[in-house]
Amino acid sequence: MIALPPPKAEILARRPAILADLARLLPADAVIGEPIRLRPYETDGLSAYRQMPLAVVLPRTTEEVAAVLRYCHANGIRVVPRGAGTSLSGGALPLADAVVIGLMRMNRILEVNLADRYAVVEAGVTNIGITKAVEAEGFFYAPDPSSQLACMIGGNVMMNSGGAHCLKYGVTANNLLGLTFVTIEGEVLRIGGTHLDAAGYDWLGLITGSEGQLGIVTEVTVRLLRAPEGARAMLAAFDSVEVAGRAVDAIIGSGIIPVALEFMDKPCIHACEAFAHAGYPLDAEAMLIIEVEGSLAEQDMQLGMIRDICARFAPISMKVAETAEESLAIWKGRKGAFGAVGRISPDYLCMDGTIPTGELPGVLKRIGEMSARYGLPVANVFHAGDGNLHPLIMFDANDPESFRKAEAFGAEILTLCVEVGGCLTGEHGVGVEKRDLMGVQFTARELELQRAIKSAFDPGWLLNTAKVFPLADEARRAA
Amino acid sequence: MLPATEEEAAAAIRAAHAAREPLAIEGNGTKRAMLRPVQAARTLSTRALSGITLYRPTELVISARAGTPLPEIEAALAAHNQQLIAEPPDPRPLFGGERPATLGGVVGANLSGPRRIAWGAMRDHVLGIRALTGTGEVFRSGGRVLKNVTGLDLCKLLTGAHGTLGVLTEITLKVLPRAETSGSLALRLPDIAAGVRALSAALGSPFGVSGAALLPAGFGALTGCVALVRVEDFAASVRYRLDRLTETLGGFGEVARLEEAASVALWRAVRDAEPLAAAPEEAVWRLSLPPSAAPAACAALGRAFGAKLLLDWGGGLVWVAGPASEAAHAAVMAAAGAGTFTLFRAPEALRAALPVLPEEAPALAAIGARVKAVLDPAGILNPGRMRR
Repeated sequence: MIALPPPKAEILARRPAILADLARLLPADAVIGEPIRLRPYETDGLSAYRQMPLAVVLPRTTEEVAAVLRYCHANGIRVVPRGAGTSLSGGALPLADAVVIGLMRMNRILEVNLADRYAVVEAGVTNIGITKAVEAEGFFYAPDPSSQLACMIGGNVMMNSGGAHCLKYGVTANNLLGLTFVTIEGEVLRIGGTHLDAAGYDWLGLITGSEGQLGIVTEVTVRLLRAPEGARAMLAAFDSVEVAGRAVDAIIGSGIIPVALEFMDKPCIHACEAFAHAGYPLDAEAMLIIEVEGSLAEQDMQLGMIRDICARFAPISMKVAETAEESLAIWKGRKGAFGAVGRISPDYLCMDGTIPTGELPGVLKRIGEMSARYGLPVANVFHAGDGNLHPLIMFDANDPESFRKAEAFGAEILTLCVEVGGCLTGEHGVGVEKRDLMGVQFTARELELQRAIKSAFDPGWLLNTAKVFPLADEARRAA
Repeated sequence: MLPATEEEAAAAIRAAHAAREPLAIEGNGTKRAMLRPVQAARTLSTRALSGITLYRPTELVISARAGTPLPEIEAALAAHNQQLIAEPPDPRPLFGGERPATLGGVVGANLSGPRRIAWGAMRDHVLGIRALTGTGEVFRSGGRVLKNVTGLDLCKLLTGAHGTLGVLTEITLKVLPRAETSGSLALRLPDIAAGVRALSAALGSPFGVSGAALLPAGFGALTGCVALVRVEDFAASVRYRLDRLTETLGGFGEVARLEEAASVALWRAVRDAEPLAAAPEEAVWRLSLPPSAAPAACAALGRAFGAKLLLDWGGGLVWVAGPASEAAHAAVMAAAGAGTFTLFRAPEALRAALPVLPEEAPALAAIGARVKAVLDPAGILNPGRMRR
């Protein structure tokens, strides 16, 4: 288990007064202090970790967020920002002495400008909510994390969320124009705007993915893109992981940029097929889902080219969707992958390393060996276009030993990802989950620099404490 | 100073830090006339830190030392039918000089060309960096994989920081396949407002426009302005998409088609701001605006000093050339409005006297000063380059 820092006793002792102060700063219904109503905030998407917060506030405006931050700053109270609470890395896990600032009531779409292709939305608007607001006119917001029905754009910005279509459209950082950003002192800053490439330092780029360490985002200006005429998928199954990997290399090398290129290993194919009955080939060791975009004729042309390339690698089977419905069926299993694994195992940990794509066969072999050694099954989903690997480690949370082993297994996988030239996290963030592994990827001095940059924004280390940076470092810093 | 290794560069910076001696940081020095003049007796150039260190075409990544000339990288990519995604400009047409830009210079300035509107800026494709702080310490951020959210993104912080927050020594970029072919449409329009509307219609279509520029009156013998719309894709797709775009744009005026060779030449010129036809003694500015704000900004600049104009990025990027005067600069600052401006090229006296970038809010400037103090505590790296 990852340790949380000891709460500040003097803050805990002042809890009634703090609640009363917050109730004076905000409307009565925006402050939560009763244990029964705090309970839903005790965890996020990393539900193995739970901690009741000191209080939860649910502001409706940037000014209310600023007022709470000013107060917490003045009183040395830690703050944990929260969107929908879907973080898979514990990014929104509370602390016993922290006020959780929940942004879900800031859910208004403030402006849509299709001529200039942007929208200004509050941080609590869901990812899908942005696309829903503009899809009738043919536009969309590109990053599409699997949790997009629930997750909120403010959380997407904080974690720099990705999705299955990053190869073509990039991640959150590549699809933003501006932010309204509140510092720990309660200063409201406009970062960027409605134009491309703000002059001066790239604060937008630094803040995106900063996991709540630098300040709180209350409004986001996103780029909107016109949707393509259509999209269609195919699947290709192979009898070895290596061969599937070579097919991926050949597709990328051919000059086609598929909008998605997904890889599933045998355990994952089986779990998904049992769940979704998508017609996946159960005899395959590896399967690719490849999606292209354009007019029907363009889809046919590109799928034809990809089919020809895959054919050179002796596939067990290939299936090109002829219709949008068949395409959905191909995706159905993949999109349900996490749920499917959840059906065959009481619990699972979803890892999120990235590796150079050419390292996939070697990495999967090593993960297989680890799986045997730990005695825990694992299924692998891989965004093959961008190298983002999601091993799903199956375990039983009711058995502490099983959980301990699962965590150790996960840490070993992520260490391997770094060893082969990759990184600890491609899109889920460090959070608490991978905090203590940061020393695997960075030198002590590199971490020191990152911490110093956090300190430039948050000198008192009140913002989302105990996340991202190893706790030992924070303790040392406080000493 | 011309360090040949990262260690030599680190030693030079350590010595300068110990002596509190400011350093001008550059690659080939192609953009010395950009932003404010640096007050430093000595210059540290990264141009001897040269060479591609890793290129994996099937993984879409290339790494090179900061001083690697851009043409060397472009040639290596072209040999595998790949390219730099952001289409960075060649500074020579605008700034003169013989030497090409270096990778470090282009990343340090976050310079992107026409493809930026569809595929992102230079800063969007920097996957990893190695850099030296102002105390001569090496640090890395990012890596060599396409998706990475581990820790604070110092790649983005240093990209576009013009060497003021660290000296880039090695950079890893995402690259993409070069399209099989490309082609463009050109249509003449009565004014900039109509031009921006046409470009918005093209960019709001599902046909994958990868360039959308406007050449206003004054370019060649044209009156009114000419809108240019580019598609890069497989040959069959380019044909199809240009056909459909011709329908989309038909209501705006008569559409002419440019085949690949003419299209490539014209977009290279747009990339390098050649249609701006800035005279050597004139100042050049870049404004970034929401496209629909561009017509009013252009009209104001026309009234103020008869500005020469070139619009890219669907109208969102406005290149301006005009007299190198404080009055012209004041007009540009006013025209930028809620967008942003850069005094891109000007005589030294003007650049030294004026804000070359918009001022930041005091609270943000204070954070900026603290971040600068973390990475360059003695303030020796390119002092004064971005702001006084």
